[in-house]
Amino acid sequence: MREGRDAREERRRRWIDRWAHRVIFLLSLTAIVTIVLIFIFIFREALPILTDPEIQREASLRHFFHPMEGPDLASRYMWQPVALVPKYSLIPLILGTLKTTLVALGIAAPLAVAAALYTSEFAPSRIRELIKPAIELLAGIPSVVLGFFALIVLATWMHRLFGFETRLNAITAGTALALALIPIIYTVSEDALNAVPQSLREASLALGATRWQTATRVVLPAALPGVFASLVLGFGRAVGETMIVLMASGNAAITSWRFTDSVRTLAATIAAELGEVVFGSPHYHVLFFIGALLFVVTFAVNSAGVYIIHRVQRRLRGEV
Amino acid sequence: MVKFDTIRETTREPARAPDLQTTSLPVKVQVERFSFYYGAVRVLHEITLSFPRNQVTALIGPSGCGKTTLLRAINRMNDLIPDTRAEGRILLDGENIYDPQVDVVRLRRRVGMVFQRSNPFPKTIFENVAYGLRVNGLVRNRRELQERVEESLRQAALWDEVKDRLHESALALSGGQQQRLCIARALAVRPEVLLLDEPASALDPIATEKIEELIAELKRHYTIIIVTHNMQQAARVSDYTAFLWMGHLVEFNQTEKLFTVPREKLTEDYLTGRFG
Amino acid sequence: MTVAPRTESPSASLIASRWEIFWERFREQVPIGLLALASSLIVAMLGIILGNIAWNGIGQLSWEFLTTAPRAGMTEGGIFPAIFGTVALVILMTIAAVPIGVATAVYLREFVPGSNLAYAWARARAARRWRERLIGFGHVVEILFARATRAAVNNLAGVPSIVFGLFGLGFFVQFIGGSIDRLFYGGELTYGQPAILWAALTLALLTLPVVIVSTDEALRAVPRELREASLALGATRWQTIWHIVLPEALPGILTGAILAVSRGAGEVAPVLFTGAAYFLPYLPSRLNDQFMELGYHVFILSTQSPDVEKTKPLLYGTVLVLLALTFALNAVGVLIRTRVRRRLRARS
Repeated sequence: MREGRDAREERRRRWIDRWAHRVIFLLSLTAIVTIVLIFIFIFREALPILTDPEIQREASLRHFFHPMEGPDLASRYMWQPVALVPKYSLIPLILGTLKTTLVALGIAAPLAVAAALYTSEFAPSRIRELIKPAIELLAGIPSVVLGFFALIVLATWMHRLFGFETRLNAITAGTALALALIPIIYTVSEDALNAVPQSLREASLALGATRWQTATRVVLPAALPGVFASLVLGFGRAVGETMIVLMASGNAAITSWRFTDSVRTLAATIAAELGEVVFGSPHYHVLFFIGALLFVVTFAVNSAGVYIIHRVQRRLRGEV
Repeated sequence: MVKFDTIRETTREPARAPDLQTTSLPVKVQVERFSFYYGAVRVLHEITLSFPRNQVTALIGPSGCGKTTLLRAINRMNDLIPDTRAEGRILLDGENIYDPQVDVVRLRRRVGMVFQRSNPFPKTIFENVAYGLRVNGLVRNRRELQERVEESLRQAALWDEVKDRLHESALALSGGQQQRLCIARALAVRPEVLLLDEPASALDPIATEKIEELIAELKRHYTIIIVTHNMQQAARVSDYTAFLWMGHLVEFNQTEKLFTVPREKLTEDYLTGRFG
Repeated sequence: MTVAPRTESPSASLIASRWEIFWERFREQVPIGLLALASSLIVAMLGIILGNIAWNGIGQLSWEFLTTAPRAGMTEGGIFPAIFGTVALVILMTIAAVPIGVATAVYLREFVPGSNLAYAWARARAARRWRERLIGFGHVVEILFARATRAAVNNLAGVPSIVFGLFGLGFFVQFIGGSIDRLFYGGELTYGQPAILWAALTLALLTLPVVIVSTDEALRAVPRELREASLALGATRWQTIWHIVLPEALPGILTGAILAVSRGAGEVAPVLFTGAAYFLPYLPSRLNDQFMELGYHVFILSTQSPDVEKTKPLLYGTVLVLLALTFALNAVGVLIRTRVRRRLRARS
């Protein structure tokens, strides 16, 4: 009688164990399935651009990248999806994205890398305890709040300070975007710098190098791939960031090399136009095509960044 | 259990110095009533000790006895550990290295160090050796740099093994080669004192033998202080040996004498393997 | 062994002259000072943003502002529907994201047999009996799957939030919602439109990596001895996980969940097309209702307002509430974490 109950209990335990394993396995499929589904559902809606002749009459790769007749750069590459004759050149959007990204990286990279080097190599622990939470706090600010701040406050200040022709432009948007990049670049760089073994610092100091020499000639070069990865990841974030540029860039798709012109980025275009687009229209498919483009670019950039980080970790552990 | 009082007595006694005086060897590094604290914990208790010039002196003792702390005190590497404090003096050629006016960078240039685990920079072999020369601005041109690198690698008995791959990563070398590279790197700035912190503890017997031969060769030009937990190694390579126990200097003598006729019971117990 | 003769140089004094000390310090401290300046610039920017928002927003906060709906074309009144919508959204999101995230991390840490692919492969090929061989190849597949999952998590974390928005629209709203409508509602538009459910699920996928990474770290910190002790007492793998590993990892899991919530509460781009509404006269009460959201409200007020000056105080108030919400969540998370940690320490 007793034994029978034990055996039943044993069977029950085994059964639970097996089913727990199965359920957990099924749930853990989500990450991969999501990536695959994102791929499928974005590309499914983007595909007609390449295959459907009806759509292609209005929007195709030719329309995206080929110049039209026009006297200047701005009129040869135009993004006017709701005009009588819609124009779908992606050049102004790509250019706009690159301009804001360049400004953002130009501001964020030096500041964040310098701060990372400072906290990992020089800062007294009390100051380190101040900077790290501050950067975490900065990372916690929603991007719509940064966009709001750029639009309402920063744009006015910069307009007064530099006297821009247009209040909202690539520089303003890029500056606000930099605030979103600083935490990423800082965190990844600081990790890389901290991963440099203490023994290398000691070896350098024991040779009569100063702390500055140790930091710049031993620690930074050893962590350089990691720092580079932080910039790569920052680039990916900058390209994909939506709300900040949507609010602070002026959203005019102008093809020009000037940073003081208003810009419209790829991500902001989707956010601004998908709400009003007719389902299944060429414009709709173009927006998904832009989404696919963003997905591919960030996917590639992100994979590269993560790959570099892993390699650095392996290398510093001595597994060449 | 040994009574602390007896140790303190013997430590205070000037009995350690006579050996040096009788052989009239010049003193390179003089440690005078040196104490060291980690926070409130005192890890070195008024050590007094003279390291003779151009000799190999071994610091032995059970782990945690303070031998590495004492070694790192000699080029002030302990400064890097927060919340530490030193008392007493350590004289390098008569100058107190703990004098507030002392430039630590100059000190470390004259007192080189090789660590327990080989720690080459993730640079080429050449750049590893050249590093100290560059940061200290010790060479004027490329040719001089190359000469000094070659000289150092030869001194470290590594030149023949690496001369054809100077511009490959130092991380590709074997453990023993890496450690000799670290010695070459330390030699390149031409220090006067070389501190070795268990330089062979992570190496196989053959590599260890090479390092030991090298030490014997190097003492012609350098004052060498080596920390080791391996008593046979101390007996093989050193001329003088200091035995530390729980932060106290128990005995200091010529290696031969210390190992054959230890004056202290504690030393004898340690050498015969009763503890440690 | 040849040793080149070493040229003896007269040793320089250790003591530097006052001028030398000054010069060395100067050369050393100036660049370090520049680094410190960059760091303080970042802190200052944060201070300016937070200060500006707090200064201009604090006067707007009142009981009325927090508990009433917008009025007069959103130039007056409060933001209660937006607060309600955000909280409801985030709760739904957490219900979806945390179990999936924790399960994924548990699978990767606890169930995948080792991580050495070459070894698993060799063992599978060397197995004699076909049954062993099958199990061996199963292990190889599991290791590959685990690697793919880690890569997917990494990449998911890097996908732009607007792409999540597109995906939410294409997959949840149109595909899933549309299918539900066709199957159960005879094609009548019920779930095939933007709704709080779809927005929450989209956000859940977006915040999934945060939960996974945090839980994974927590699981890694659980000492192997604890698992072995439990298994040695005859517990099954699942019993070990449920009674030993997960309680031990709870602080990390909580932290991950709260960070995810804080992130989700501030995201706007993914909910733009999946459920957020410009203005609603009622609160969402069903899963397929639309909702107002704080972040979206900020976006609307600052870009679509007919009278910017008039809405500015409202705007500042809303931003302050949003910031307070996200920061408070963070603070609560850290608090829970320290308390759980203290308890764990006291127990051991």
